[in-house]
Amino acid sequence: MDPMMPPPVRRIALDRDPFIAPPKPIANGAAPTAVAARPRAVRAPAPIVRERMAVESVWLAYGENWVVRDVSLPVRQGEVLAMIGASGSGKTTLLRSLNRLTEVTAGAARAGRISLDGNDIHELEVNTLRRRVTMVFQQPNPFPMSIFDNVAYALAERPGRGGRRRRRSAKIESAVNDALQRAGLYDEVASDLDRSALRLSGGQQQRLCIARALAAEPEVLLLDEPCSALDPISTAIIEDLIVQLRESVAVVIVTHNLQQAFRVADHVAFMHLGELIEYGSSEQVFDRPKRDRTREYISGAFG
Amino acid sequence: MATGQLAPSPPPGLSIARTGREGTGSWPLVDRIAFWLCWITGIGLCVTAIAIVLFMMVKGISYLHLDMLVQSPAPSAIQSQSGGILDPIVGTLIVAAIGTAIAAPIGVALAAWLSEYRRPAWLAHTVESAIEIIAGAPSVVLALFGLLIFSQGFLGFLSQTAANGAVYGRSFIAAGVVMAVLALPLIVGSVREALEQLPDRLREASYALGRTRATTIRRVLLPSIRPSIATGTVLGMGRIIGDTAIIRILLGVSLTNQGVGHLPIIGALRGTGSTLTSYVYENSPAGEGNAPQKAYAAAFLLLVLVLALNGLVTWLTNAGAGERRGPRTAFRLLRFSGAQE
Repeated sequence: MDPMMPPPVRRIALDRDPFIAPPKPIANGAAPTAVAARPRAVRAPAPIVRERMAVESVWLAYGENWVVRDVSLPVRQGEVLAMIGASGSGKTTLLRSLNRLTEVTAGAARAGRISLDGNDIHELEVNTLRRRVTMVFQQPNPFPMSIFDNVAYALAERPGRGGRRRRRSAKIESAVNDALQRAGLYDEVASDLDRSALRLSGGQQQRLCIARALAAEPEVLLLDEPCSALDPISTAIIEDLIVQLRESVAVVIVTHNLQQAFRVADHVAFMHLGELIEYGSSEQVFDRPKRDRTREYISGAFG
Repeated sequence: MATGQLAPSPPPGLSIARTGREGTGSWPLVDRIAFWLCWITGIGLCVTAIAIVLFMMVKGISYLHLDMLVQSPAPSAIQSQSGGILDPIVGTLIVAAIGTAIAAPIGVALAAWLSEYRRPAWLAHTVESAIEIIAGAPSVVLALFGLLIFSQGFLGFLSQTAANGAVYGRSFIAAGVVMAVLALPLIVGSVREALEQLPDRLREASYALGRTRATTIRRVLLPSIRPSIATGTVLGMGRIIGDTAIIRILLGVSLTNQGVGHLPIIGALRGTGSTLTSYVYENSPAGEGNAPQKAYAAAFLLLVLVLALNGLVTWLTNAGAGERRGPRTAFRLLRFSGAQE
């Protein structure tokens, strides 16, 4: 079974359950749309791959319900780590624990160690950690302010000047433009950065959220199903973006979409009912899964 | 999407069936009786409201003269010589300003704490109950309590102190502070409800960028609910403007604003005076002034003021209804001045 030849047709499911049509040969002449049959992005290996975060024997619970059980895996800069698994497998909880966003939920419990560059993240100041490990959510969630202010909000506070109105210094302006450029949004919005962010399309909003997350100059970028609310074209743009970003930040993406995981990830972690069933390179997990559960789950996509 | 021209209406050959209005003829008798009762009640309410407005308008406009707006009340048994209503107008504005200026920031802060922190839980519950008690307390009770507080010796600097050391306890400051208490529950309720309706993803987005709760509230949550803050404040202001008991008890019974001491603004605030409500009461046949024409004029002005505030509330609460001209648009224009559209 070679998932690459021919590229499987992907259907964008609007609900959260993974549903991917079985592959079928592309009919004669009927050229596939750019998105439906997007191959894996051709990419050079990132120049530097180094471990930034380490998850070691981590358990996570909401109340008495342990939703992540004894998971260990590395998060490396220079590559994209995709976490796949059915709903309720604990992948989003694990992702949220990486910047301690699980702590926002009352009754959350944890065990084990998560470290960032060797330091236990629970010993770092939480807001410092969250600036180093930023997150993009499933639903685009821009703040109800202008595009510019959305990105500027994420910039580091300048010490000594706690004014409410952030004056538009040249420094801030260039930082905002830079973040918008990295998120591939700048050309579309440059003409009017003062427009309300809520007037952007869903795909643009999500890229704005990515720009915002990048403006904090993070070392790790967490993406929680960033494309599940988006149309195929916006999805394609964001996937390309994710692959580009991995050179400068470590990227972790949670996705229900196996095709997406295959397209963007260097390493894949498959979780089931809170346990990490399999972790390996994208090719290995998708082509030669070691565990039966992985094979079953993957075959849901590849027939 | 579709490139073809869409027909503006069905072709003439097609017969069009329109749904007519449902008649009550087929309804059971009980339903029909209830239906007509609803009609009668509704019309009755409308008639009452229109009657009040019309009555006040006819009476008020006929007695309201422009020069009344710039003259102070004068003590006279003859109505034509009893002066204008400048002092009550100014008094109303002063009390409303003091009350709102105190209640709005405290109310917003309380609402933010109740909605976003709620810690310690027992204190939050207690505060909630306290706000409910205040909301339910008759204003005359608040006024009496306020008088008790402001008559204490150490608060003498807020009002007048008689030669024998007794603190008068009545002043614009005292009335304004108690008015703030009166308006507080309205502001807290409005702001809190709006905060609780904001989606959690807005908060998470901010936390995930390493922002503290305080920064999130100040820079994301509160700006998002500006229309609700405005609505709560205007509601509170309406309550303040319309209240009589607190004015009667805590602002004194003189119809003119009388300052204390020589300091220009502080003296006036420490002094006593009147507002439109107390003026109407005083000059109604029930009061001592008994100048009903003046009372009608002032009451009309009061009604217009409160109705205008109500209209403002309606306009502010319609904010969410799309792209109509409303405060959202207004705020956006304020905020992103120079932006298109």
